[in-house]
Amino acid sequence: MKAKAADFLIFDKEAGVYKVDPEQAVRDDVEKHYWRHVLLTVAKDWRLYLMLVPMLLVFLFWRYFPMYELLGCFKVSDNVLPVSKQLFSGFSYFKRLLFAGDGLSTDFWRAMRNTFLLSFYGLCFGFPIPIILALFFNEVRSNIARSVFQVLTYLPKFMSTVVMASLVMMLVKQGSLTTGMGIVSQFLSNIGLIDKTVANAGLLNNPSFFRSIYQISGIWEGAGYDSIVFFAAIIAISPTSYEAAQIDGADKWAQMRYVVLPSILSTIVIMLITRIGSLLNVGYEKVLLLYNTKTYMTADVVSTFAHRNGMGSGAGTGIAAAAEMMNNVIGMLLVIGANTIARKAADTSLY
Amino acid sequence: MKRKLEISELIFKILSYTLLCVFALCCLYPFVYAISASISGRSAVEYGSVVLFPKDIQFDAFKRMFSDNMFWNAYSNTLFLTLFGTIWAMFVSILGAYALSKKRLLFRKFFNFFLVFTMWFSAGIVPQYLNYLATKDVFNGIGITDDKWLVVIAMGMAAMNIILLRNAFEGVPSEIEEAAIVDGASEMQVLKQVYLPMTKSTIATVALFFAISRWNGYFWARQMISNTNEQPLQVYIRNILETYTDLEQLGGWSYNYAPDSIIFALIVCSIIPILIIYPFIQKYFAKGTNAGGVKE
Repeated sequence: MKAKAADFLIFDKEAGVYKVDPEQAVRDDVEKHYWRHVLLTVAKDWRLYLMLVPMLLVFLFWRYFPMYELLGCFKVSDNVLPVSKQLFSGFSYFKRLLFAGDGLSTDFWRAMRNTFLLSFYGLCFGFPIPIILALFFNEVRSNIARSVFQVLTYLPKFMSTVVMASLVMMLVKQGSLTTGMGIVSQFLSNIGLIDKTVANAGLLNNPSFFRSIYQISGIWEGAGYDSIVFFAAIIAISPTSYEAAQIDGADKWAQMRYVVLPSILSTIVIMLITRIGSLLNVGYEKVLLLYNTKTYMTADVVSTFAHRNGMGSGAGTGIAAAAEMMNNVIGMLLVIGANTIARKAADTSLY
Repeated sequence: MKRKLEISELIFKILSYTLLCVFALCCLYPFVYAISASISGRSAVEYGSVVLFPKDIQFDAFKRMFSDNMFWNAYSNTLFLTLFGTIWAMFVSILGAYALSKKRLLFRKFFNFFLVFTMWFSAGIVPQYLNYLATKDVFNGIGITDDKWLVVIAMGMAAMNIILLRNAFEGVPSEIEEAAIVDGASEMQVLKQVYLPMTKSTIATVALFFAISRWNGYFWARQMISNTNEQPLQVYIRNILETYTDLEQLGGWSYNYAPDSIIFALIVCSIIPILIIYPFIQKYFAKGTNAGGVKE
């Protein structure tokens, strides 16, 4: 914005002449020699700026350079040449993935669908359970009992994905002539929930069970830990609110509806944004560890599709990068969209 | 009226205790089963008769594992990655978060965005893989041939943790800092003697977040560490799992424990350190998660 001449000049009534406004002159000087001022400030305060350097370098090298590498999706993929030297290929990989109609393209669409469905089911089942758990925790008045419940339910969160996946694999493993099936499969077939022969073939070898196993193990792993945030919001509610509601004759259900829910609504909104934002960030590590060729139909997600094609012996890094590009761009739009809606609707935003 | 209130509260109380008990037991059960199965005899594990308590107790699966050098190698590699990875991540995060918490920092908004953007948009695993390969070449070029250092330095940084620290630093009252500066403290001294003591619990939380994620790290360690002697515990467990499960069907398994017991024994060994420190750290985690309300 350019300042008008009149802004610089003030009329000096005693001398009867126009004078330059000294403050504006300083401001003008700052604007004119902006970068010199920046340099001077940084030089004077160099210790503070030096502290930023390691962080900036780490994020530049290992978070932003990969984004440059991602541009390989527009180039003719050649694992020998660096991205900068590859020929520009435009949107050919995208066209190939989206419209070619061959095996690769079908696989990609399947991966997109699985990614969306896995996270959508995660949102439907995984999101309400921590809230309900927090309500239950609040009901436990004895501190010791509550600590015991909390310690036990947070515990699985601290196990590694490998340990979690190994446990799941062992618990639902297939049986053979000489060995029995996993203990959970046994239980499920004994109570008649799953046919015995199906359970004996190994639930992880059966595409129709992958999503359930993924969600249930996810709830087992995270529900307790995710409830921390909601529990903190619930115990922050003043006891007088409950008392007032009780005097008005509110039973437990009405207290939930009119006291607890409005008080934790903003927390719920924030957590929901986070969830929607990471809707397409399916934990690829867990899928990679749990899936196998028999369950690709329901288990293969975009990251694992990219992993197979870009890091194994598949269609190449260009195709893989294009697949991830689409996934991540949609993911980012989801974060920004969810955040904007939340800011408008509930006056709460995360970023 | 009063009675109706009491009944609804009672019903809800009974409901919550029951469901909490069920859920807590479900959370615990797989670990109990893993311990029992790791010390049960072969036929008990193979025919699935171990349900809760161990049967025909043997410790040979553990003995066999402890006699394997690769196991100890993997364990020490994991300790190495956890220790140095956490130190490096904390060094970078504390300094960065401290600078970001200062209102007088020029381009503060830009730096914050630089950080937060990585939470919105990640390049994905294949570009990261290519990037790590290039980094590996550079590291080899300057004489760092041990891939463990690549894992320590290049991986596991988390923008979220830096933001947690930044928010904690912003909560320190500026009067205390000003008093320290009047007394002639330098920037480093202010950080060390004012900020760090005052944000101890957040720092502990973030350090534990880093340590746990290092201890549990698998995917990139498997991709990037080519020398099998340098692989961490999680990679070792997975390798064993992939090779052991079919051994039995092939025949020639003549031990008094099932192959599964080896896997369960490994799982138990991998979670024992976490189980030991878990009661002490649990309260910090609760605190740190609550501090996660991110606002710019």
